[in-house]
Amino acid sequence: MNTYSILRELADSWVLLAMFTFFACVILWAYRPGSSDVYKSVANIPLGDDTKPKTTSAKGDDHV
Amino acid sequence: MNYFKLVILALVALVAAMGVNWAHDLAYQVHAFLIMTVAAGMFVWILRGIDEPVATTAPATGYADEVIRAGVIATAFWGIAGFLVGTFIAFQLAFPELNFDWGQPFTNFGRLRPLHTSAVIFAFGGNALICTSFYVVQRTSSVRLFGGNLSWFVFWGYQLFIVLAATGYLLGATQSKEYAEPEWYVDIWLTIVWVAYLVVFLGTIFKRRERHIYVANWFYLSFIITVAMLHIVNNLSIPVSFWGSKSVQVFSGVQDAMTQWWYGHNAVGFFLTAGFLGMMYYFVPKQANRPVYSYKLSIIHFWSLIFLYIWAGPHHLHYTALPDWAATLGMVFSIVLWMPSWGGMINGLMTLQGAWDKLRTDPVLRMFVISLGFYGMSTFEGPMMSIRAVNSLSHYTDWTIGHVHSGALGWNGMITFGALYFLTPKLWGREKMHSMSAISWHFWLATIGIVLYAASMWVTGIMEGLMWREVDDQGFLVNSFADTVAAKFPMYVVRGIGGVLYLSGALIMVWNMWMTIRGAKPVTTALPSNATPAE
Repeated sequence: MNTYSILRELADSWVLLAMFTFFACVILWAYRPGSSDVYKSVANIPLGDDTKPKTTSAKGDDHV
Repeated sequence: MNYFKLVILALVALVAAMGVNWAHDLAYQVHAFLIMTVAAGMFVWILRGIDEPVATTAPATGYADEVIRAGVIATAFWGIAGFLVGTFIAFQLAFPELNFDWGQPFTNFGRLRPLHTSAVIFAFGGNALICTSFYVVQRTSSVRLFGGNLSWFVFWGYQLFIVLAATGYLLGATQSKEYAEPEWYVDIWLTIVWVAYLVVFLGTIFKRRERHIYVANWFYLSFIITVAMLHIVNNLSIPVSFWGSKSVQVFSGVQDAMTQWWYGHNAVGFFLTAGFLGMMYYFVPKQANRPVYSYKLSIIHFWSLIFLYIWAGPHHLHYTALPDWAATLGMVFSIVLWMPSWGGMINGLMTLQGAWDKLRTDPVLRMFVISLGFYGMSTFEGPMMSIRAVNSLSHYTDWTIGHVHSGALGWNGMITFGALYFLTPKLWGREKMHSMSAISWHFWLATIGIVLYAASMWVTGIMEGLMWREVDDQGFLVNSFADTVAAKFPMYVVRGIGGVLYLSGALIMVWNMWMTIRGAKPVTTALPSNATPAE
């Protein structure tokens, strides 16, 4: 088979499946248990103080 | 480091000087002269500062806002330039005498049109995206911009790109790809600037002090990365000579057409949509002072756009040499896109839930809301026009132009105006904009301008589409092309008037920004008794 046919067959089957699976997982992940509380705090990020950077890192609280 | 800079600048100036001498065409010569002047000027500037004692100042803290201030001013400046050219070429179509004999060939419609599209999309829109992304990524990461002066390189490098592109069009250097007209050396320069932009943005995200990356940054980042990919693939070309602007595309025929519209539609999808949605997800919650309606919906909005938009390009190539399956694929994906787009619109609008009363008193919020309205309208119109049967009527007519402008003037323009009204007082430490009633004037002038524009283009587009396909009982075409042009005249005039209104609204904004920045005393007028602020 020439390169085009190989790539075309791959794209039509496994790559399509992989991309769709990834997409479906991402959507399901957004609905995982407990996500609402996390997103509630994330959604409030812009509403905090916007005049100066934080001096301490909030990244290291627990697992990142 | 300074010696290294001097060597590079000297080399650039030398090569550019050789370019001025050996140039094969006028555009290349002018550009080489421009680059030579800039490089030589910077050379002298650095040379004068060399071995001077370095002032030991404390490392800068706080947010890096200087470059954002420059970006706000540049956005307003290029906006006026782009709207002015757009209004002028609208009248050129209505009154061809405006293609003045003395200005040929530099000021004819064919050369001014790409100047207009690039000025509004890349100069006005691009500067708005760069400066708001720098603002938003710092605020939502709670950290100073990464890379020190690299952000200044991005800003000035991007302005140089704009000047090279714009002068190139007027002087006749173009590779005739829609939205990708600049020739090879301008493309290379933009690639360098864009990589620097990516480094600044990603670097800031990496050193963030918030645990999570706020969704606005996802949209901005996808915009930066995808535009880099699109730009590189669509501009694969080989220059005919190093000393000339002409280049030859690597792809040819239908592959070239497909690559071009893969680029062209994703320029709309990622430059004009994803990037501006980054603005929306920050400035709308900020102005309404409420978190976004549903953060989950914003995640779905993001991933759906990412996975769908990239396939929609072939709908630009219905009834061409492109295989039917590819055009159908593009059409189907375009229609599927309707849902996440409206999900995003609803998410933005519903953010105002419980705060709708602010619309009565806050003209800036009104600007954001109408831009979301236009986002919804054009993301419905677009999928509809991508359907093959509809496209056979709408394609090549002014309906397409109307669609583009309801998106660009309505969605991109209005949200940028809102962001400028938000940023100007913040960045210059003023309490609010100089005049609130001027913002209302801007809002109505722009809205009526868009309505005139879009409505006249619907009428004229559908009319000319129907006239083109009209056949008599013998099967002969009824109308010649010139008949359609004559019939379109009144709508062209209405379109031009719409442009004048939109431009005058933007001029009012510039005056308002000028007064705010100068720190003039805010205009205080008593509110009319029927519009008391809500408690």
